[in-house]
Amino acid sequence: MTGINVAFGGVLALTDVSLTVEPGQVHGLIGPNGAGKTTLFNVACGLVRPTSGRIVWRDRELTRLRPSQLTSLGIARTLQGVGLFAGMTVLENVMVGAHRHAKAGFLSALLALPMSDKDEKRLRERAMQALTELGAESYAGRYPGSLPYPVQKRVALARALVAEPDLLLLDEPASGLSEDEMHELGELIRSVVGRMSVLLVEHHMDLVMRVCDRITVLDSGKQIAAGTPAEVQADPAVTEAYLGDAVDVEADAAELTHTDGGRHHG
Amino acid sequence: MQQFVNVTLTGLTQGLIYAAFALALVLIWRSTRIVNFAQGSMAAATTFIALALIQAGYSYWLALVVSLASGFVLGAIIERVIIRPVEGGNELNAVIVALGLFVALQALIAIIFGSSFQSFPAPFGLEGFQIGGNRVAFTPNSLYIFGAVVVTMLLLVALFRFTRVGLAMRASAFSQEVSRLLGVKVGGMLTLGWGLAAVVGSLSGLLIAGGGFVYPAYMDSLIVFGFVAAIIGGLDSPIGAIVGGLILGLALSYISGYAPRGSALVTISALVILMVVLLVRPGGLFSSTTARRA
Repeated sequence: MTGINVAFGGVLALTDVSLTVEPGQVHGLIGPNGAGKTTLFNVACGLVRPTSGRIVWRDRELTRLRPSQLTSLGIARTLQGVGLFAGMTVLENVMVGAHRHAKAGFLSALLALPMSDKDEKRLRERAMQALTELGAESYAGRYPGSLPYPVQKRVALARALVAEPDLLLLDEPASGLSEDEMHELGELIRSVVGRMSVLLVEHHMDLVMRVCDRITVLDSGKQIAAGTPAEVQADPAVTEAYLGDAVDVEADAAELTHTDGGRHHG
Repeated sequence: MQQFVNVTLTGLTQGLIYAAFALALVLIWRSTRIVNFAQGSMAAATTFIALALIQAGYSYWLALVVSLASGFVLGAIIERVIIRPVEGGNELNAVIVALGLFVALQALIAIIFGSSFQSFPAPFGLEGFQIGGNRVAFTPNSLYIFGAVVVTMLLLVALFRFTRVGLAMRASAFSQEVSRLLGVKVGGMLTLGWGLAAVVGSLSGLLIAGGGFVYPAYMDSLIVFGFVAAIIGGLDSPIGAIVGGLILGLALSYISGYAPRGSALVTISALVILMVVLLVRPGGLFSSTTARRA
């Protein structure tokens, strides 16, 4: 796996942006509101087709990437909201995420043949495992609507993890979480890195600085900085983008932490 | 007393057929948010296929199997070719397409099979069982209807609850976008949903035809009743469709059995029930607030 390289030409939402997620690393994508973070993210999952540029994944160029291909490519993503299926139990929600690992063919599954039965059990066990990993196993039989928001977010994360992706795309995973929960999330992200790479779009600076190996900073659709957290923090262009002036990044970061990251228009 | 038993039994049997038809509507509504007005014509078409086979000398059971299979194919093709282009667009477009399909299919049936009344055989006797010296309005054929509908419903429940495909279909019904991101082949699920719904619809068409007459528009009253049953249950709920069908079947049977000139009041009563339900509980009896919000 060589990671993704996204490049744009043109003057629309993103101008000539490149980023590569290295194997086994957490790559942060940050920038002020409207910088194009979500647009870039959506390009990576095929929701937005770039006007020009190349997406390369595992040495292969993806020319007509569609969202439905993601899982078979080994890529999973979470959504900015939680996007859980309201009428299905937590366990069933996660089982949908593990869908691609089921072995039985379409017909035998439809006819509920014995082979598919065993498959079904495995699927259930895997989903349960993923929930246990996130400490949400006790909610397995509940419906998402009845659960507090942070738990829903954990379930959504379990649903993405259960697919055992090689690349996990996290869209604002910390929005709506408390300080403690955000801390747990950070540890969780670090713990999965052994198994997969992570691309993280996030508003909360301290989380990004803590968990990311590399960071790309966008502003007005342009890439203004890239590097390790320390390099990015020291970059005057980043400070300027956030406050339009030379101000201490720490203070800036602290302020951003307190603003609600739930709404933003990439 | 005897009349009460008879009227109740008739109501339950009819209600099960309404329930099956309502279930077909609910299946399609859940997956594609389209009220399939063409369901009746589709069922009529497959019933005529069965009739053609029976008239050619084949057994009822072979005709049943072929008819249900052709129902599946017809449903799948209609979704892929005709409904797919209007899915997700303006709701009105889908409604108009479904209505157009309803009329077109009916005309097609008349062209191919003729528009005269033809008798459709029932697979079992139409003479009521003897209980304690009295003949009740429950025939071997009613028993068959009970069995067929109940077995179909159990199979559907098993499919949706316990299989991977069922899981994927439910996921697609709740959110196509999210399901796609999770690798569910949503298009295939929609096609499958329409196919399955058409099978259930075809079954209701065959059951209501058994022992009676068929003509291209013979499903028209069942469309109204099935639609009312689905609304009573709340279009979103399969269980609601079944209960709605039974409630409607019983209500209409009591009206036709007890009210003076009752049989003439049946259709109008169904519409009155529909209006009352919509006024008192617009979401249907079985709608949960979360289901509405979803």
